[in-house]
This record gives sequence, structure tokens and C-alpha cells, in this order.
Amino acid sequence: MGGGKTIGDVVLDLQGISLSFGGVRALQDVTFDVREHEVRAIIGPNGAGKSSMLNVINGVYHPQQGTVSYLGAKRHDVNTHEAAVQGIARTFQNIALFKGMSVLDNIMTGRNLRMKSGLLAQAFRLPSAEREELEHREAVEQVIDFLEIQAHRKTPVGRLPYGLQKRVDLARALAMEPKLLLLDEPMAGMNVEEKQDMCRFILDVNDQFGTTIVLIEHDMGVVMDISDRVIVLDYGKKIGDGTPDEIRGNQAVIDAYLGVSH
Amino acid sequence: MLYRENGQFKTSYRADQQMLPILQDRIFMGLLLVFVFVVAPFVFSNYFFLSILIPFLILALAALGLNLLVGYCGQISIGHAAFMSVGAYAAYNLVLRVPQLNFLVVLVLAGLIAALVGLLFGIPSLRIRGLYLAVATLAAQFFMDWVFARVKWFTNYAPSGSVSTATIDIFGFQINSPVRKYLFLAAVVTVFAILAKNLVRSHLGRAWMAMRDMDVAAEVIGIRPVYAKLTAFAVSSFYVGVAGALWGFVHLGSWEPLAFSITLSLNLLFMIIIGGMGSILGSFFGAFFIVALPILLNRAPDWLGIHLSTAMVSHLESMIFGALIIFFLIVEPQGLARLWSIGKEKLRLWPFPH
Ligand SMILES: Nc1ncnc2c1ncn2[C@@H]1O[C@H](COP(=O)(O)OP(=O)(O)OP(=O)(O)O)[C@@H](O)[C@H]1O
Ligand SMILES: [Mg+2]
Repeated sequence: MGGGKTIGDVVLDLQGISLSFGGVRALQDVTFDVREHEVRAIIGPNGAGKSSMLNVINGVYHPQQGTVSYLGAKRHDVNTHEAAVQGIARTFQNIALFKGMSVLDNIMTGRNLRMKSGLLAQAFRLPSAEREELEHREAVEQVIDFLEIQAHRKTPVGRLPYGLQKRVDLARALAMEPKLLLLDEPMAGMNVEEKQDMCRFILDVNDQFGTTIVLIEHDMGVVMDISDRVIVLDYGKKIGDGTPDEIRGNQAVIDAYLGVSH
Repeated sequence: MLYRENGQFKTSYRADQQMLPILQDRIFMGLLLVFVFVVAPFVFSNYFFLSILIPFLILALAALGLNLLVGYCGQISIGHAAFMSVGAYAAYNLVLRVPQLNFLVVLVLAGLIAALVGLLFGIPSLRIRGLYLAVATLAAQFFMDWVFARVKWFTNYAPSGSVSTATIDIFGFQINSPVRKYLFLAAVVTVFAILAKNLVRSHLGRAWMAMRDMDVAAEVIGIRPVYAKLTAFAVSSFYVGVAGALWGFVHLGSWEPLAFSITLSLNLLFMIIIGGMGSILGSFFGAFFIVALPILLNRAPDWLGIHLSTAMVSHLESMIFGALIIFFLIVEPQGLARLWSIGKEKLRLWPFPH
């Protein structure tokens, strides 16, 4: 998979992560790593703790135990803002777009971290602010072209069909030019054609920009097709970790997950 | 002329990022400005300036300020008249104590002082939201009412607690007649509306709206809630503070602390609900509506040859306001501005129904 790409060093390393909400143990002693340029899938039945894992990675949740190292440095309770600054972007399981804004503005928010002009410069639309806005508009237009949503630029996101909203969610994350992209069920609720498009986009992002991707997905065909390595969670515990072929042959996984129909 | 954007292909992103990308909108705005600054001063009566246009312009500015906070950033405030009073008393004291200051400087300083106070009362928004935040902002209202009634220094120890202002003089130009007041306000409000428009189409405005629409996602892409919310409170209070200073100096001339009571706060909220949340134009619609409706109601029965008592008229006014607010909250939360844009959209597609 992944054409001629070369998988690099470990960029993200999670050791013994445990997270609980009151009595619910969402993650129990989970250890795994993500290597540069790879597509790393997280699979598991509903409620297995997959989304919680992503939330730990980008600082929405803080695990009670365990350590997260990112780019070689140990992190202590990073918040979401710091994670964003460090180049971690994500999409959401339940689309979390800014409903009152156009597609273009939604994607432009992905550039907010990089936009520096001050309040007065913006209010008076000084040439510096205008130039900055244009620069970032151009970057955003590239993302728009890449994801083929040119026709919807000015549409309020709420009016788009579901599949396109998912795409805008991805566009907003890509506008951040992330090093690490976390995708929470990017293909859920899509028809076959939309899924194929989405697969192609994910692989292209991975190939062309070299972005490392962590992906949660329920569609086994998709997962086996596009990921380099897969981790399997069940009731918050890791029960499998390896290449798609290894996972296919793993008895514990078959029992816990593949055997169960959804 | 037809209202179309077809055929107006933008050859650069710069052209597409203009304040008004559609030609017809630019023409409309141009005509409106010509009307406001060239035609209106000659055609309206003093009564119309004093009882409609002047309060309308100032309240539109205040509503615009409130709209930046509530409509764009999604933070509720039901104590905004408090920041108007801060602006008004700040301007009063600046003029009193530093008489050599130009009134334009006074306005900006009054706005900044109100911004600072607004920022302080915005701090709770970092922790609480919705109803609880509403109650916290209500505290601003009561606190400021109390301060200006009790701390006599602010009212220069006037025995009645009411203060009065002298005529404004800007570079030797006296703002002393209804037309001059109107022109001065129209200029100030135009500038502030443009600045607001610029803000909401920049990254700060997008941060506000992101906060409003989905705060978790906003944080995840790196927008800091502290920064987004507090700037919204500060900018909003700045606008409202300037409006307060204008309300005191240009409209009222002299006032008592009651001039900035909770009733005014609620009226500002009604303006943005009726006019349109998250719309600059809507703030103007709403303010006009709230200023003009009572006058219309007072006069309409006479035109129709019906005689109603004053009490009846004021009851009717409350009932119509109440009904309209409920109507807009339920049917059209985006207010008159939404009806305006639906109209434009229809026009754009006309004569085809879809
Ligand atoms: N904020 C929270 N508060 C309380 N419990 C939570 C919270 N987030 C997750 N949980 C619980 O943690 C467990 C794991 O949830 P999580 O959303 O990570 O599962 P998932 O694998 O993503 O499932 P799905 O496939 O349904 O998306 C569930 O039991 C869930 O109820
Ligand atoms: Mg999930």
C-alpha cells in the first residue's frame, strides 16, 4: 500500500494509557505507536474506546495513567490548542462544522492559527491584513481544489448533503496543513461512491503531503485496503495490533470483532 | 436593474474578497450613502431627525455592538445598557475634567473604558454559558446602575444625580442643530459599521463565529476560547460604550442613571432578535423597527380616524412587540435580515421559481 512511500520513525507513542469516566473505563492500559507517513487504523466495536483514543491524542481528554510522546517529546496534559499548534488536526465522528458559516469560511478557520494580524489591522483592513487574508485564501483554495468542492465555496455548510459535509470537515482539517491527521469515521453514513472518493482523498493526502494519518473506520474492506497497520480495541483494551493481514488472522480479533455482525 | 451575480466572474481572490462582491450590492450601498449624506439632510423635518433618525442611528450602533457579541460570538448579555452608561459617564467625566480633549478622542476613550469594563464582566463567560451567563451579565447591569447612582464623583456631585452636557464642538464645527447631529451620527455610524464588517470577515470574526457554532471544534483547530470570547466582549462593549456616549451627548443632552436601565438592555436585545442575529444590516433594521414602531402606533389610529387613549396605545405597543419577538424567535430566528436576504435570493433567481 501507499505506492513508493517510506514509513519513517515513530512520531506518536502512547504507553499504558488508561482513561475512565467515573465508573466507565474507556481505555485500559493501551500501548501503541504511529510512524511517520503511515495510515494507522483503529478498529473495534461500538463503545470500544476508539474516539476516546483520538481525544487523548489531541488533548480533549487527559488520561489518568500513561504517557503520550509526540515527535520525541513527552507531553503532559496538553490542551487542544497546544495539540493544534503542534500540527495535530482532526475530523469528527458527528460532523462538527460551523453551521452558520459558508464552506469557504469553515475551511478558512483552519488557517486561524497561522493568521497573525491584530485586531486593528483587521478592523481597518490594512494592506498587511488584506495580504495575509489573500495568502491564506490561496492556501485554502488549493484544499478546495484538492477535495473537489469548488462549486460549494459560498454555500452555508448546513445546506450541503451529509457526504459533502464530511468532505468539508476534512478540508478544514487539511487547511491546517497538519503533520498528524486524526479521522474519526470519515466514511460513516456514506454510499459506496462517496466512500470510494473519500478513500482516494485520504490516500492522496497521505501520498502527496506525506501526512501521517490515524483513522477510525467500521468498514473492514476500507480499513484492510488503505491502512498500513491496524490496532484493535475492545472494551477499552487493545486486543490486536499489526498489519491488515496479521489482523485478519488474529483469533482474538475475529472472535471479538470480525465475527460480530454490526 | 436585475440582481444577478451571473456573469460577474471574479478573476482574482482579491476581487472576490471585497466587502460587497456583487455589483448590484455596491450600487445599492452607494445610492444609500448618497441618500443618507446628500438627500436626507434636505428632505426631513426637524421632528423626524430628533425623534426618529437620531435615536435610530445611536441605537443601531449599540445594537450592532451587542450583535457582535450575541449574534457573532454566541455569548448572551442582558446587561448591555450598563456598558452604554459606562461610555456615557466616561465621556461626561472626560469632557468635564480634560476639557481640551477633542470630542472624537473623548468618544474613543469612552469606548475603550467601556471595553475594559466589558472585558471584566466577560470573564465569567470563560466558565459559564447560556442562562448562567445571562444572569452574570445582569449583574453588570445592576452593579453599574448602583455605581452611577451612589458614587457621586461620577456625576460630579450633582444633587439630583442627573448630569448635563455642553454642545459638542469638533474642530470648531458645532454639533448644535438636528441636521448637524444627524450628519455627525451618520458619519460615525457609517465608519463603525464598516469597521465591524471588516472584523467579521477577518480571522477574528471567523473565530467568534466558530466559537458560537461549535466551541469544541473551534478549540481543536486552535482557536482559543479565552481570546475569542474576551475580544468579543471588549469590541462589543467598545461599540456600545461609544453609543452610550453619543446617546448622552447628542440625543439626551442631560440624563439620570435611569436612562441606561435594564429596559434599554432588553430593547437592544429585541432589536437584534427582530433585526437579525449575526447580521450587521439586521442591527439597523431592528433599531429602526424599535424606534419607529411606537411612533407609528401613536399616529396610525389618527390617520385611520380611530381615537385611542395613550394608555391603550402603550398597551398595544407592548403586545405587538411581544408577539413579534415570539414570532421571530420561533419562525425566523435570523430576523428581518433573513427576510431581506430571502428577498434578494428570490430576485437573483427571478423570473424562475427555483
Ligand atoms: N465524555 C464522556 N463522558 C462519559 N463517558 C464517555 C465519554 N466519552 C466516552 N465515554 C464512554 O467511553 C466509552 C468509549 O467511548 P468511545 O466514544 O471512545 O467509543 P467508540 O469506540 O468511539 O465507539 P463508537 O464506535 O460508537 O464511536 C463508552 O462507554 C462511552 O460511553
Ligand atoms: Mg467513536
